[in-house]
Amino acid sequence: MLGGMGPSAGVQFEPGVCHERGAAMKNEKKSSRRQLLHAGAVLGGGMLVKAEPGSANGSLGTPLGPYGERSPYEKAVRWRRDTKTPETGSSFTPLADSVGTLTPSSLHYERHHAGIPDIDPAAHRLVIHGMVERPLSLSVAEIKRLPSVSPILVLECGGNSGAEWAAQTAPDVQRSFGLVSCSEWTGVPLSLLLSEAGARAGASWVIAEGADACRMERSIPMAKAMENILVAYGQNGEALRPAQGYPLRLIIPGWEGNTNVKWLHSLKVADQAYMARDETSKYTDLMPDGKARIFTYQMEAKSVITFPSGGQKLPGPGLYELTGLAWSGRGRIERVEITTDGGKTWVKANVQEPRLPIAFTRFRLPWRFDGREAVIASRAVDESGYVQPTREELIAVRGVNSNFHFNGIKKWRVRADGTVTNVEV
Amino acid sequence: MWKYSVALVLAAAAFAQSPKYGVGRAASPEEIRGVGAIIAPDGTGLPEGSGTVAAGREVFAANCARCHGEKGAGDIGPQLVGGQGTLATAKPVKTVGSYWPYATTLWDYINRAMPFDKPGTLKPPEVYAAAAYILNLNGIIEAGQAMDAKSLPKVKMPNRDGFVSDPRPDVGPKAR
Ligand code: HEC
Repeated sequence: MLGGMGPSAGVQFEPGVCHERGAAMKNEKKSSRRQLLHAGAVLGGGMLVKAEPGSANGSLGTPLGPYGERSPYEKAVRWRRDTKTPETGSSFTPLADSVGTLTPSSLHYERHHAGIPDIDPAAHRLVIHGMVERPLSLSVAEIKRLPSVSPILVLECGGNSGAEWAAQTAPDVQRSFGLVSCSEWTGVPLSLLLSEAGARAGASWVIAEGADACRMERSIPMAKAMENILVAYGQNGEALRPAQGYPLRLIIPGWEGNTNVKWLHSLKVADQAYMARDETSKYTDLMPDGKARIFTYQMEAKSVITFPSGGQKLPGPGLYELTGLAWSGRGRIERVEITTDGGKTWVKANVQEPRLPIAFTRFRLPWRFDGREAVIASRAVDESGYVQPTREELIAVRGVNSNFHFNGIKKWRVRADGTVTNVEV
Repeated sequence: MWKYSVALVLAAAAFAQSPKYGVGRAASPEEIRGVGAIIAPDGTGLPEGSGTVAAGREVFAANCARCHGEKGAGDIGPQLVGGQGTLATAKPVKTVGSYWPYATTLWDYINRAMPFDKPGTLKPPEVYAAAAYILNLNGIIEAGQAMDAKSLPKVKMPNRDGFVSDPRPDVGPKAR
């Protein structure tokens, strides 16, 4: 039962056991009866003591509305680190409160360097210029007319978990790992737009620029530009949110968030990297020998347990479903392994299918907490065979001053009283 | 690596001669200029004008010092001066002077992003001057020097050769 579930595995709705979507139909009868019994038990207890307006108690609920909002009982929000200039900074996705594999657009992490611009899509244009046969100016409506694709992709800030280099002291998973989110993005392949403009011989880079106050700038190699980059206008079934680059942004599968330039208004085709501030001063990885790695674009395989995780408390000994998220900028997650004894032994977690490339992959594992202190952690392996390293393995090669691209294994300590903390508090 | 099916078909066509969809209009030179200056490390894109270290002291005091400190030591905004020789130590100090590989980046970034609360408001000579002042504070150019489209790309930054390409995967069974 602790082994990974293959695609042919059946569905069981036992607590703590993951089920597989494709096979769900076959067992629908059995499962829905159980779910009903479960739901009845929970609701029944509540209805005896409370009479909420609009619930089954003889009064009506609120009328239908034009744009949905979540229940007022749901409180999960992004957490923002205080900065003296609130227009530059980051806000973190509440990963411990997330279920499944998609991040609601409203809770997608943010990282801005000069605030969120207010852009009228009717006035916005994307200019493609530089080493091209036909410099082009495109309206948002014209871009939306072109053939589109809608991949589900994870987006992670290059600085996510950066504090872990120094010490594993952030109190919870949101603050230590929350600069990562997963959405369905809709847009036009950048290769299509570049083909329309016709790159000239010798063109080898594309310099992307945003229309925010600091005109965020990044250099992208032509090979990647022609491979699988999107000029996106949609997120999770609607237009991009302003904080996510409305009305146009780049989506670069598997690459650090900063390269996914938001509020995109300019693509300059060039024969060299432009060495922008955010690819030299920032987002470069300083090694112990004083040399820094540049253009470290790809985000490597990473995973983290979101339950139980820092700041939570298990009510007591018993059977729990341990769960978390895994992803890799290199492609699919091959498997996730879990330790509940501080890394001595590892077992395969159940992994939610389908495992999409470069997307959140949910993993789960039933775990009996016996009331004794335990150190738990997850380890992801991606389809390239890359194994998520320990923090110590990373530090042995890169030291502690590289700031960016931390993907070390994250340990949580479950104390005897059920409280969960970081391993270094 | 995976690709979108649409991208697969079109990838080969990047350098093709005729557009397939014919969307958009020709971007005019004004429209391209309107996007704003984008500066390459060889100086491509740098506008006319020049600025001296002395003029930069004034520009900096008026527009930058309240956030970066009078001598660029940092305050609300990051430290811009110092740190040379610290990159290989336990406490590296990364600044324009110790870390940035190209002086052109300084012009490009000040022009697009600074002053933080009024970005894009400096004229090209003021940007040259501010860049000259910061370079001088870092001991990279002399106090009597001026920066322009010719001289700025020639400035040799102390950490010009301090960058290496991405060697990952660098840990675990797949390490190169
Ligand atoms: C209102 C405060 C403020 C003012 C005024 C200001 N800056 Fe800044 N500066 C900042 C902040 C904040 C950042 C970091 C921006 C970010 O997070 O991307 C910064 C970043 C910089 C950097 C990049 C530092 C690095 O190591 O990456 C340079 C260079 C710079 N400023 C120069 C200037 C110059 C020159 C001026 C005057 C023309 C100026 N600044 C005015 C706040 C300010």
